[in-house]
Amino acid sequence: MSDGPSADFFPAARRTALHGWGRTAPTVADVVTPMTREQVVGALRRRSERGVIARGLGRSYGDPAQNGGGLVLDMTALNRVLDADLEQGIVTAEAGVSLDRLIELFVPFGFFVPVTPGTRQVTVGGAIGADVHGKNHHADGSFCDHVLSMDLLLADGTVRTVTPEDDPELFWATAGGMGLTGIVLSAVIRMTPIETSLVSVDTDRTKDLDEIMALMAETDEKYRYTVAWLDCLAKGRNLGRSVLTCGEFARLDDLPARKRAKPLRFKSGSLVTVPDVIPGRLPNKFTMGLFNEMWYRKAPQHKVGQLQSISAFFHPLDAIQEWNRAYGKTGFLQYQFVMPFEREEALRKAVEKISAAGAPSSLTVLKRFGPGNRGYLSFPKPGWTLTLDFPTNTPGLARLLHELDELVLSNDGRLYLAKDSRMDPADMGRMYPRLEEFRTLRAKVDPDGVFVSDQARRLGLA
Amino acid sequence: MKDALGAPQSLLILGGTSEIALHTARKMVDERVRRVVLAGRPSEALDRAAEGLRRQGANVEVVAFDAAEPETHEKTIDGVFADGDIDVVLLAFGVLGDQESDEQDPVAAAKVAQVNYVGGVSAGLATVKALRRQGHGSLAVISSVAAERARKANFIYGSSKAGLDAFAQGLADKVHGTGVHVMVVRPGFVKTKMTEGMPDGPMATTPDVVADGIVKGLRKGSTTVWVPGQLRYVFSVLRHVPRPIFRKLPI
Repeated sequence: MSDGPSADFFPAARRTALHGWGRTAPTVADVVTPMTREQVVGALRRRSERGVIARGLGRSYGDPAQNGGGLVLDMTALNRVLDADLEQGIVTAEAGVSLDRLIELFVPFGFFVPVTPGTRQVTVGGAIGADVHGKNHHADGSFCDHVLSMDLLLADGTVRTVTPEDDPELFWATAGGMGLTGIVLSAVIRMTPIETSLVSVDTDRTKDLDEIMALMAETDEKYRYTVAWLDCLAKGRNLGRSVLTCGEFARLDDLPARKRAKPLRFKSGSLVTVPDVIPGRLPNKFTMGLFNEMWYRKAPQHKVGQLQSISAFFHPLDAIQEWNRAYGKTGFLQYQFVMPFEREEALRKAVEKISAAGAPSSLTVLKRFGPGNRGYLSFPKPGWTLTLDFPTNTPGLARLLHELDELVLSNDGRLYLAKDSRMDPADMGRMYPRLEEFRTLRAKVDPDGVFVSDQARRLGLA
Repeated sequence: MKDALGAPQSLLILGGTSEIALHTARKMVDERVRRVVLAGRPSEALDRAAEGLRRQGANVEVVAFDAAEPETHEKTIDGVFADGDIDVVLLAFGVLGDQESDEQDPVAAAKVAQVNYVGGVSAGLATVKALRRQGHGSLAVISSVAAERARKANFIYGSSKAGLDAFAQGLADKVHGTGVHVMVVRPGFVKTKMTEGMPDGPMATTPDVVADGIVKGLRKGSTTVWVPGQLRYVFSVLRHVPRPIFRKLPI
């Protein structure tokens, strides 16, 4: 590629300490914010031998968007929607466009993002790199199942349009490949048609783990979106008591008359920001115990057809900006594993261990995965997935997580790379049997190891 | 890379036969450290140390390194980093000397300073250069409480550690914000082969306890670690004792 006019202006690198959303294990890198595709290519050329990784909105909990001593490309300025087919719901967006922006732009036209994690503050590039999943995995799969094509900047500086049909290996190595195959510049995404911007939600409160699992097993067919919040501190008879919420986008007919005039109204925006002055132990066993009790009690026993906004149903935490600060300076980590179906006993054991340890997880979420896709390092596979947040200063946390790792491994489960910040590299290959294939393909497209992150170094991914 | 709980995965020990360093290494291998590089003068003791850590499950390399030859330090240390990131470097070499006889043998005394201070300066700078290049990592410098105030009983050793200690403090401030963390470790009297045959000092400690202090300090990102911890207060008093009294103290 020749140096065009935009090469005259080149954004300067800032040497900056970066950490993930969990605010642990920072490293210092040169951060460049390119404004155009050409500048991304230019930055790639100016890399040092410590390599390059792309970074979006920094919502990965650990270190996959850090590259100590190397170059980090902040992709959030590549934030234009390049094309939209409002008949078919096909959107072409640059890598730095957030799901928040896509929702804000396209809900009024009757389209929702095909998959969203618990926050809208992730970029398209990040959603592909982690092959994110949402409450609808059992119905719709993960994010990359809805990506029709992407423009990928390769290690040699060329840009390739990659589709699952023409280039399945590279496509599926990039889907969930944590940014190690190249830099996504833009992607074509198939959106989900909706009639209204409201979700019709059914809520059930269950008394224990058996009840929630039985109930959830029945819901796969009935609802597109399903999630259970679990009280991980509850013990004994109450072990695993939960609040299950299932939803579908409401049809026009479901709305009360006064709302039918503007059925696709959508308001984004957040309410408050957590100040950066929280002492280290705000979420602890006692505060979380109280919170869980309250959260459980406030949920209705059984309620049907309650209309909720997209924000309330999909992204309740987005209402509070920088909520990760509540964990103070020592930070927190998220632990998410999947345990295959038929291994319910192991899942129960995991919940027992967490409850017995009194580890204060504020967000404990149970979901069911449907079949996984062909992504080499994509996380979802059929089974139960449990997600927990732990403050890193929780006493005995390292041992508890080590025991959980063992349980997950011995039951053919695995941990989610977008959340991981501490797993034993030796476990990686056992959890992801296609790791070797991934490495082989990566060695082909990036023989010099240009794309590298702290996580890749920590786990020996590349 | 360190993980979210602060556990490192790779360790370089400069002074690979140091008992304090090896106790630290064992504790770290028990957690997450997989790659250990032992740098020291080639010896049977060094190979034995490597073998012990290998049996514990670590990948151990042995690298020839002589603290008394500062001109070789940068090349040796760069070579270790070229093979992969190092999360923690322990600067653990040092000699005690023999105060009584060294006072009569200026060349022998200078050797103590050469190893403890001069070697520490070049190895410390070479290490920090490498750590800055990778944008993360910790350097733990093993100083001594003897560095706090020169005592007539061991001022040759003490002054060499004082130099090293001051150097490491300055270095720590210099690299603040670069992703590199430098920590000074000040153990009291440690029962090791270096102090074998000597009467225990007050508040004598063991390499194992010092190793605990190092592991904890690294995790917390401390700038100074005293072992045992009370020595911090003992020395904050001793430092201000008037000299006519200090020189009469039986220490």
